[in-house]
Amino acid sequence: MGLLESLAEGLRLVATLELRLWEIVGLSLAVSLSAVLLATIAGLPIGAAVAVGRFPGRHAVVVTLNALMGLPPVVVGLAIYLLLSRAGPLGPLGLLFTPGAMVIAQTVLIAPIIAALCRQSVEDAWTEYEEQLRSLGVEGVRAALTVLWDIRFSLLTAVLAGLGRASAEVGAVLIVGGNIDGVTRVMTTTIVLETSRGDLPLALGLGAVLIAIVLALNAAAYLVKEAARRRYG
Amino acid sequence: MILPLRLDDVSFAAGGRTLIERVSLEIGAGPSTILLGANGAGKSLLMRLMHGLLAPSSGRVVWNEPQNGRRPRQAMVFQRPVMLRRSALANVVFGLKVSGVDPGEREKAAIEALEEVGLAAAAHWPARVLSGGEQQRLALARAWALHPEVLFLDEPTANLDPGATREIENVIKAFDAAGTKIVMSTHNLGQARRVGDEIVFVHEGRVLERAPVDTFFKQPATAEAAAFVKGELPWG
Amino acid sequence: MGIAHAALIGFITVASTTSTEQSGLFRHLLPIFENKTGIQVRVVALGTGQALDMGRRGDADVVFVHAKPLEEKFVAEGYGVKRFEVMYNDFILVGPKSDPARVNGTKDIVAALQKIKAAQAPFASRGDKSGTHFAELQLWKAAGVDIAKDKGPWYRDTGSGMGPALNSASGMNAYILADRATWLSFKNRGDLTISVEGDRRLFNQYGIILVNPAKYAHIKKDMGQAFIDWVLSAEGQTAIAEYKIGGEQLFFPNAGK
Repeated sequence: MGLLESLAEGLRLVATLELRLWEIVGLSLAVSLSAVLLATIAGLPIGAAVAVGRFPGRHAVVVTLNALMGLPPVVVGLAIYLLLSRAGPLGPLGLLFTPGAMVIAQTVLIAPIIAALCRQSVEDAWTEYEEQLRSLGVEGVRAALTVLWDIRFSLLTAVLAGLGRASAEVGAVLIVGGNIDGVTRVMTTTIVLETSRGDLPLALGLGAVLIAIVLALNAAAYLVKEAARRRYG
Repeated sequence: MILPLRLDDVSFAAGGRTLIERVSLEIGAGPSTILLGANGAGKSLLMRLMHGLLAPSSGRVVWNEPQNGRRPRQAMVFQRPVMLRRSALANVVFGLKVSGVDPGEREKAAIEALEEVGLAAAAHWPARVLSGGEQQRLALARAWALHPEVLFLDEPTANLDPGATREIENVIKAFDAAGTKIVMSTHNLGQARRVGDEIVFVHEGRVLERAPVDTFFKQPATAEAAAFVKGELPWG
Repeated sequence: MGIAHAALIGFITVASTTSTEQSGLFRHLLPIFENKTGIQVRVVALGTGQALDMGRRGDADVVFVHAKPLEEKFVAEGYGVKRFEVMYNDFILVGPKSDPARVNGTKDIVAALQKIKAAQAPFASRGDKSGTHFAELQLWKAAGVDIAKDKGPWYRDTGSGMGPALNSASGMNAYILADRATWLSFKNRGDLTISVEGDRRLFNQYGIILVNPAKYAHIKKDMGQAFIDWVLSAEGQTAIAEYKIGGEQLFFPNAGK
């Protein structure tokens, strides 16, 4: 079967699939969105602090953050697996092979992305705002928060980059989740499974669904940013 | 009264170069003071030292009353206006909020300030869609709303066309007439004459001359000032 | 049909192999057990070596694999309580229709391997410490071939599970040893067909072992044992026999035989 025929067959299969597909899509979104939320809570303050702060070794921190954006998902997966395994330090938590482990792994993976991109955005804005804010008597943390709030819509870009990475990766969630049917099976791990079973049309169909979801999220974010730009300038 | 402001032997160096050299100056209440000089003479640096945005490398900057790290009774308008991504009104309200004005009074005071500069109609527009001249007027409104004793202005019309420039100068003169001490830097001779009462001539990081505006332009005391007035000084 | 649904009381983690999961056996078998007992069975499918490692780390309550010597070692080392035989399926040699080694349709797997080596025909190996990989190595040994020393460019070590290895074999038109179950549900066959089957040496025995609770206090020994007991029971064995793909039975229960 050619590529297009496989894709068409895949989409037909996907359309006729019942509850399982939506369970898988739902879990994928739940895991990645949770990870993005946690990664933003962790990464945003770090990014802003590094952007605004002046401390020895700052350059090294910036370079490190940028480098960590390229953390290989399988390596993160392996590290978290060793941590969460019963034979490992956090074993008693019993988190291995649960969606929780997948959220943890993805959070570790994308927090540096959000921190690094946020740092860049805040640093650019800081050069613009800092002096005027200081003249008005706004300094330090208060000034940083003012700037963060002002550029909140462009921070959306950093968050989206993190979400894109999380939805697309398979290495981390496969290792720490175990791809358990009905429990930790997400879109990307299902694609791996169906590919390895030789069911390429279904794998392609799922891939198309994944891309469509990511596209939709990006389109939504674009619209939000446009509306904000018109409203706030 | 936070005036007079005294600079005692103030120097400022950065990157291994001395940019402001041993300036001693007293700025008193009353006449509007123009820091005049070519681009790169050090006017902006000197103003930032006065306003406290920079710390001198040596010497002291002393106000009549201690500022305690806050400077609500001074305000500064920069060459490029910096507005938050909010409405014009909200930007003025922001300035009032961080100065500790009561929530109930902020909006009223902000609207008054906008009326003073002729921007009342644009109150609810996003500040960043206003033109350069309008944003600069907005910056003036934001500063004015704080009722500062001293208003610093760093080349406020350098980026504006003649029409907008005149509007800004009129607003500044109105504030001056209402009793705010104006300290403004410019390299524009005409503007210095229109707005200023006294000239502080800055050249290569030093204050070379200080005189009432008419005296300065009719009879500059130093060769550099004379050259500048004739338009013969190189651009920094 | 009226299958009663017992209320969910908990779950166990079972480490098994990719070939078993991909055969679809668990989708058929586990709901029967879950409905009856309320115990959810979560299967993590890896290669046999990895599955046993999972048991050694205490990350699984039960291991269910098909490599008898490795399983016996697992129990001897104290990681497993006891090994029980459950079922068998068979391996088949799959190869290209063009049959460069001239072995298609023969019945002797050892002779076939010798011919493949002599012809230097492309051969794909799983190379992943799995039960299938282990079986393949044993067969080379039986054929008198020291495959580690004598392999050449014709021997392709894919380092992957059964499905991906079949994909590779299909793409390379290579011979490959596969379990019948995965082959029957494999949809990307290309030019591959069954070359050799039916040799007793292709017999693939499955064993099930409870991970030793003495090693790890958290092992769910009661629920794990319940699963093992059920799989070995008449009901479980019947369910295994009833699993078919295209009308063909894949697994032959032989507990206690």
